[in-house]
Amino acid sequence: MGLLETVFVRNNLIVAFAAVGAVMWVSYFVADKLTKGRIHGSAIAIALGLIAAYFGGIVTGGDKGVADLTLLGGIGLMGGGMLRDFAIVSTAFGVQLSELKKAGVAGVVSIFAGVLVSFIVGALVAVIFGYTDPVAITTIGAGAVTYIVGPVTGEAIGASGDVITLSVAAGLIKSILVMIGTPLVAKSIGLNNPQSAMVFGGLMGTTSGVAAGLAATDPKLVPYGAMTATFYTGVGCLLGPSLLFLAVSIIFQ
Amino acid sequence: MLIYGVALLSACLLIGMAVGETIGLAIGVEANVGGVGIAMLLLVLASNSDKFRTLTEGKAGAGISFWSAMYIPIVIAMAARQNVAAASEGGMLALTAGVAAVAISFALVPILSRIGNKAKRSVE
Repeated sequence: MGLLETVFVRNNLIVAFAAVGAVMWVSYFVADKLTKGRIHGSAIAIALGLIAAYFGGIVTGGDKGVADLTLLGGIGLMGGGMLRDFAIVSTAFGVQLSELKKAGVAGVVSIFAGVLVSFIVGALVAVIFGYTDPVAITTIGAGAVTYIVGPVTGEAIGASGDVITLSVAAGLIKSILVMIGTPLVAKSIGLNNPQSAMVFGGLMGTTSGVAAGLAATDPKLVPYGAMTATFYTGVGCLLGPSLLFLAVSIIFQ
Repeated sequence: MLIYGVALLSACLLIGMAVGETIGLAIGVEANVGGVGIAMLLLVLASNSDKFRTLTEGKAGAGISFWSAMYIPIVIAMAARQNVAAASEGGMLALTAGVAAVAISFALVPILSRIGNKAKRSVE
């Protein structure tokens, strides 16, 4: 433990850089040789990261995936909110203002449409599964918006712990699906220009899902999608416990 | 100086976050409303303006480009620290809600992109 402790655990951020670098090297090698470039190397690396996170969570019982393993604790800092947001903002460097203006209106519309649609879908699924209590229906619907909107709404309107957990799970599944699914559907939904990327970010809204999904599709689209996506959770937290809860209460009295 | 670009990037993020928190407080929401998006707008404005040229050109610009190149590795680390185990324990309800929300949102992307294009054309 002596050497392990002094070298690897104390320098865990450096271990994370080395580990992610190694995973990327393998992923890009596989993407290049085995799929002949049809699957993006970063898509494979993200999938590997998610699989590792699953096993990390099972082994440690923690909620931070692979970062709960002592040796890989640095992954928590490297992939945490601070450096993620820093790197997302840096992608805006070199973006032309005119490109943003072009999709401005569609971007704003997509944020509200995205929150509404995901909420309605989530709430409908809750009803189909037999929920009749407006608090539970609203919380699960809010979870389908993002895994942050779910618990924020649930706590504001007094939902029970297990309903809040369900809403977080729904939001996590959404985020993971966007990470994996985006590169697969990109062509068929016309996700190949700044405008559609802004609409995409506004509709999906999960910052981590959009960040990873666009990275695996075309890194040039990242700033446009990320820009709208970061407003989505705020709009969701605003509408969830207020207007949307009111609407659900009126329907399910 | 490389650090000039990194410092500009940091200032944009901090100001954006502060504005996002303030908006959240003002509308009574327990969340940062668009902090990262506002920070990105600030960086776009700075990198398109002549006044900030010493902070965005040459070596200073390389300081920002470095972080932009670290974006994908950081996103991979982010994927590796998601609570995938909890997502898999949510059962059928969580799975159905998540899958349905994503599928319908994907389907809306081309429709909303088209609305945006039409609106733009009529304005022009």
